[in-house]
Amino acid sequence: MITLAIETSCDETSAAVLNKDKVLSNIILSQQDHSKFGGIVPELASRSHLESIVSVTRTALLNAGINLKDINLISATSEPGLIGALLVGLNFAKSLAASLNIPFIPVNHIRSHLYSNFLCNQKAIYPFIGLIVSGGHTMLVLVEDFNMHTVLGNTIDDAAGEAFDKAAKLLGLGYPGGAQIDNSAKSGNENFIRFPKAKIKNSKYDFSFSGIKTSLLYYLRDVSENEKSRADFVNDVCSSFQKTVTDDLFEKTVSACSEFNVKKISVSGGVSANSEMRKKFNQLKSRNFEVYFPEIQYATDNAAMIGLCGYLSYISADDKTFFKSASLLTPAKARLDYEKF
Amino acid sequence: MICRETIISASPEDTFQAGKKFAEDLRRNSVTGFFGDLGTGKTQFIKGICDFFKVKEAVNSPTFIIVNEYSGISDSDNSAIKIFHFDFYRLKNMSDLYSIGFENYTDQNGICLIEWAELADEYLQGNLQKIYFEHGQKENERIIKFK
Repeated sequence: MITLAIETSCDETSAAVLNKDKVLSNIILSQQDHSKFGGIVPELASRSHLESIVSVTRTALLNAGINLKDINLISATSEPGLIGALLVGLNFAKSLAASLNIPFIPVNHIRSHLYSNFLCNQKAIYPFIGLIVSGGHTMLVLVEDFNMHTVLGNTIDDAAGEAFDKAAKLLGLGYPGGAQIDNSAKSGNENFIRFPKAKIKNSKYDFSFSGIKTSLLYYLRDVSENEKSRADFVNDVCSSFQKTVTDDLFEKTVSACSEFNVKKISVSGGVSANSEMRKKFNQLKSRNFEVYFPEIQYATDNAAMIGLCGYLSYISADDKTFFKSASLLTPAKARLDYEKF
Repeated sequence: MICRETIISASPEDTFQAGKKFAEDLRRNSVTGFFGDLGTGKTQFIKGICDFFKVKEAVNSPTFIIVNEYSGISDSDNSAIKIFHFDFYRLKNMSDLYSIGFENYTDQNGICLIEWAELADEYLQGNLQKIYFEHGQKENERIIKFK
């Protein structure tokens, strides 16, 4: 069973080929790589998805050694995302599926993150707690079975990855800032600044990272120039900032585990690449937790996870006729519908 | 800069209420630009606007995804209204504006709210309402100027 998967929900243009749940190829064209495929492409990829979707798909097929006629299923992200960007991949995939007369499976991008750890020869057994942390999302989800989810928490303002990016910007470290903060933090003192922890009314599992951004802004405004020029200053600030954000993500995840009596955690999204996150969560293994992180190439936005989620949706569906006709009418949706998630 | 009104907000809650009050005069197809540094309360003000329109979804930062769409109710004609919450923080130039299909959002009978709106100001040649946010003297104080 060969799947071709397409992902264009935000910045990355990605295509992947899978044989069942095994990845044969996973091509991700991110902003930085656009030059490789020729031409100057705007910083933001939306309509440039249109320019690269065909070559990215061809490369994915070529690298997998698969011809168009060998494909059995096509999956694409239908929600949530930037409408203009989603439409490119969704319509491309639908048209290709219709012309090949094979099933089309629309996939929810956020759901597919939850199962991204399955791509790495390891599988969290249900139920597990999923923490999705990226530049656009921060969500805590109870996963009781495939596609049986309860959203426990979400960010009420900025996403965790965005907080990293904005902190990096305030410190003059550039965009995207997650990796730079992670790097600087390694030689810093994590107890250098005590940032306030966000308190959210009537919610155990929601997140807020807007306050810490403002605290950092005030701190940098008021600190002396002398202190600012100290060799380890930026490292200390990065380390303290990273500690506060990752502590919050860690503590809420662990407390959800204890409330729902689950000892399996799957962390996904771009922030799952952060070394402090990995260190903190992996320490839980000594307390008999099972902790899953995807490989880096499956942590950020990628089509392989869309292909896996599409394949799992297809094989678990009792009535597969939906995927041969009605699924072609699936609209692109900008927002996540929490009630149907 | 000539301002039609300046208010001092003493807290995030004040900023939220100011947004709610501002929303009373918002009309369909209007575009409002929000200017000001990180952490000056732009998103908080927009949360107030969305509360006025009875938006049930989470109103959070669209920095990464560029635009959030919310469904609200307009009291003046008692019907559904779309609120488009943009953040142009990551956009670099006018071609990015074209790239996200900005022109498709401004004529949908909805309300466009744009953080980091410098590019929108250029694109719309100043035909938008503008609100400026600044840090005040005290820790939680914000100065909000309506132009």
